[in-house]
Amino acid sequence: MFDALAIRNQFPILKTKLGNYPLIYFDNGATSQKPQCVIDEIEHYYTSENANIHRGVHHLSQLATEKYEQARETIRKFLGAKHNHEIIFTSGTTAGINLVASSFGKTLNTGDEILITEMEHHSNIVPWQMLAEEKGLVLRYIPISKTGELVLDEIENLINTKTKLVALTHVSNALGTINPIEKIITLAHKQGAKVLIDAAQSLQHFQVNVQKLDCDFLVFSGHKIFGPTGVGILYGKEELLNAMPPYQGGGDMIKTVSMIKTVYNDLPHKFEAGTPNIEGGICLGKAIEWFVALDLKSIAEYEHDLLMYATKRISEIDGVIIYGTAKNKSSILSFLIDGTHPYDVGTLLNQQGIAVRTGHHCTQPIMDFFGIPGTIRASFCFYNTKEEIDFFIDALKRCVKMLK
Amino acid sequence: MSIAKKETEIIDDFSIYQDWMEKYEYIIELGKDLPLIDEKFKTPENVIKGCQSTVWLYADKVNGRIRYTADADAIITKGLIALLVSVLSDETSDDILNAELKFIKEIGLQEHLSPTRSNGLVAMVKQMKLYALALKMKS
Repeated sequence: MFDALAIRNQFPILKTKLGNYPLIYFDNGATSQKPQCVIDEIEHYYTSENANIHRGVHHLSQLATEKYEQARETIRKFLGAKHNHEIIFTSGTTAGINLVASSFGKTLNTGDEILITEMEHHSNIVPWQMLAEEKGLVLRYIPISKTGELVLDEIENLINTKTKLVALTHVSNALGTINPIEKIITLAHKQGAKVLIDAAQSLQHFQVNVQKLDCDFLVFSGHKIFGPTGVGILYGKEELLNAMPPYQGGGDMIKTVSMIKTVYNDLPHKFEAGTPNIEGGICLGKAIEWFVALDLKSIAEYEHDLLMYATKRISEIDGVIIYGTAKNKSSILSFLIDGTHPYDVGTLLNQQGIAVRTGHHCTQPIMDFFGIPGTIRASFCFYNTKEEIDFFIDALKRCVKMLK
Repeated sequence: MSIAKKETEIIDDFSIYQDWMEKYEYIIELGKDLPLIDEKFKTPENVIKGCQSTVWLYADKVNGRIRYTADADAIITKGLIALLVSVLSDETSDDILNAELKFIKEIGLQEHLSPTRSNGLVAMVKQMKLYALALKMKS
């Protein structure tokens, strides 16, 4: 049996009290909390290891460089990538997508097509819209159904010989849907298209192997997977990254610079201009080390149980409408209560110590599809408990009584 | 009644509520007394927009004083704007522009004061003062 309480104890923030109420943190989709070992690592870095990395001959610089590169290795293993230099440190998922849009985008031509889905986060829509406008590309969308699943009936038309890239989310941040990315990758590759996976909402729930999956790019954020904010990863296949022009120019991404010409550095440094978030990278490595040492299979089962339990209990409340009822779903519960505004519900839940997210969750096309301005989203992590869900349901009932 | 006096009354009204729930119930009740904006003024230019809920605010000058009407799609937001309207409506432009509105903190609504909070009280107060300023010159 999975021991949520033992894990919970490693997260100091979860002991917070808000007035008379214990904090119930159900906003894990926005960011995860951090275990003590990651918090300690941040402190340790600044008390014992801080120096600028690469090219320093002194002790601290070598130490920090070694730790930073070890983190890259930890992340490579976690993703199942072939080479360390396929792991590019970024500032987060958004930065990773923008890097690909900018650099891979330079290799595209007018009339080329990019395929995304109707359930993408704005960060996987806007960079492609910008690129499409700049280069005269065609941006297409895989539609979604009332259950919040991708409609693949037209997929053979949507992915065609003009399609150069399919960029889609593994797990929907607003609906929880787990998308059949294996199938889409296979179809895309048949037509010669590359595939970018937005794994911001998936890796903290289940492991992904980029080589088995055969995705061309994969991006995620450190802060959603128990690491610090401001650091993230872009995985890309070596040959693709090598073929792409650099993203930003600056230090670290060069081999030689003269007044006439610059020779760019090799991977991964080619895409890591400037002093990176060294502490972030090292501590993300620590967070992932910590995470993979857990029993990930039990975690997946436990989180699924939490979702099922919350789904069942919330249905007790009159007028609840759940958005996102896919068969294959991650631990995200998005809903509205008939006759109430999500902002009101969120405000009153906050008064009872409960952190949920309300609004459009940066997925306005999903909200437009359902014809709603937003939802209330409770997103669960393995440190949450059924007792917390019970408390949440009672608090919700109290809100409804006040608001109706 | 002066703005300061109305503020004191609100502070007194709220002081009897210890529990957050009673406080919010009272705010929700206040929303029901809000002088509603005429539907024809529910136009995009009268919206105080945020990503969480929508507030419509309109102001006119009646006998030299500013009169506000408003509405909101969320009922707590509606209660909050009602609270502000009850304090600032039927006052002169100068009094409105000089109002410090200290009662907001006193009654424990400071969490709604964050400037980044969508449709927070800050945005509402700012818009109300802008109306007061714009109407100042109008006879």
